[in-house]
Amino acid sequence: MEHVARLARLSLTDDEAERMVGELSGILEHVEDLAAIDLDGVPPTAHPLPLVNVLRADEVGPTLDREEVLAAAPDAADGRFRVPRILDAP
Amino acid sequence: MSVYEAVIGLELHVELATATKLFCSCPNEFGAEPNTNVCPVCLGLPGSLPVLNARAVELALRLAEALDFDVPDRSIFARKNYFYPDMPKDFQISQYESPILSDGRLEVDGATVGIERAHLEEDTGKTVHMGGGGRIHDAEHSLVDYNRAGVPLMEIVSRPDIRSAEQARAYVTELRGVLKAIGLSDVKMEEGSMRVDANVSVREAGAAEFGTKVEIKNMNSLRSLGRAIEHEIERQSAMLDAGERIIQETRHWNEDDGTTHGMRTKEGSSDYRYFPEPDLTPVAPTDEQRAAVRGALPELPAQQRSRLVALGVPEAAARTIVEAELTTYTTSATVSTATTADVANWVQGEVLARVNAEDADPEEKLPAARLGELVDLVAEGTISRAQAKEVFDQVWGTSKVPREVVKDQGLAQVSDEGELAKVIDDIITANPKESDAYRAGDDKARGKLQGFFIGQAMKATGGKANGQLLKKLLDDRLG
Ligand SMILES: [Zn+2]
Repeated sequence: MEHVARLARLSLTDDEAERMVGELSGILEHVEDLAAIDLDGVPPTAHPLPLVNVLRADEVGPTLDREEVLAAAPDAADGRFRVPRILDAP
Repeated sequence: MSVYEAVIGLELHVELATATKLFCSCPNEFGAEPNTNVCPVCLGLPGSLPVLNARAVELALRLAEALDFDVPDRSIFARKNYFYPDMPKDFQISQYESPILSDGRLEVDGATVGIERAHLEEDTGKTVHMGGGGRIHDAEHSLVDYNRAGVPLMEIVSRPDIRSAEQARAYVTELRGVLKAIGLSDVKMEEGSMRVDANVSVREAGAAEFGTKVEIKNMNSLRSLGRAIEHEIERQSAMLDAGERIIQETRHWNEDDGTTHGMRTKEGSSDYRYFPEPDLTPVAPTDEQRAAVRGALPELPAQQRSRLVALGVPEAAARTIVEAELTTYTTSATVSTATTADVANWVQGEVLARVNAEDADPEEKLPAARLGELVDLVAEGTISRAQAKEVFDQVWGTSKVPREVVKDQGLAQVSDEGELAKVIDDIITANPKESDAYRAGDDKARGKLQGFFIGQAMKATGGKANGQLLKKLLDDRLG
């Protein structure tokens, strides 16, 4: 549970973690039910619609205004997004 | 100490030469002002949807023809989930279980290197770490530019068929030539449009099992790729000799101290939680698409080399010329097969030196036909090779015509036998000591004295005498 929470960048209290363990087990059991179905010869679904090759031409379109884009960010500097230190101190 | 054999596999990432990004219509260009080539899609803004660039699929199909890949009926995109600010979506769209191309091969100096797969994915943004000397571990904060986020990449993964650093370099060189020839990428390793990672392991020579592989990253030139692999082979061999165990890990090449260093472990492959990208449809290349690409495939480097060699260009020169993308220039300058080798010599010598120094298109600086004319002037004996060099310097980058330069400046060499015979006779009379020494001398002594006589004759004619004819006349008199 802790590992999954860390991957999703969620910090859970002990109570929450306990509750989530129960809920996740329920979900996994439901997925187990699916395993009971005979799926031999059924290809996996990658997309819900029966479409392939939805493509666009390689033509340049409009871009966003930089000031507007950076104004929406919590912090910016020097024309770039400013983010807090990425790795924890060693 | 045991004898070890290296087993190497290479992963190439190349930026595709498209006008726009992989899933949005932002320009794909190098060196723009930070965060000016961005839109809701590549910034991962809520509600935006990616649409695949048709050109990227076309380029992949070209690669399929060039490297004999299988093209699966259907390939799908996948989300690779991870937390790092270089991707604003917090995932990268890549291909995982079903790549667009599988099972290709490339001939490298007579050996076949298998290629497991090639897939499309988007590049990430660029982060600059501020404070702490610019290192990520000590930085106080980082600045991010998303111009590169979403730029189309092709990842090409070789099989572990490579056995030495030299072969690794040859594979990358040949592959780079192919990618350039088919217009897939401009493959500039120094500008970062091509990146190469290497998987290296060693095993006792003749062993059937592979050793534990180590991935090395951060090589920014062909030279450092070779050095990094050599260093890694030595490091692993020494560890095995000392009875140590190799750990499977990723190591960083350090150009300055010429060694590899272990990196902090990242999330493993299962931690990326790949799953099919629901916002993109599968790619299913049609027979028509494949046929269109096949019909328009440009000539590959190996074919260009064979064509040049068949025309009379020496193998080594052909290699240099094809690598420098001067094949067409060379063939256009070639008037007759009798002078092909001479043309090739000029192209891989003077022309290539100028092209590199000036970053110029040779056809603009000296049309191929004019180089052919210059070569002919030497071949027909009108000017000497030394004079030709002078003429070359005058016609390169100007609109002058070689034959006219020769005429205007009276450069034509003297090939009149009567005139030159008189010059030689005068020199012999004026230098009786040297003449006697020549008559009595062995081949070595004669070789030396020949230089003296020819030099004198050149001086007397202002450097215009036909050297071959002088030698003959000298031999007639003193030989
Ligand atoms: Zn965009």
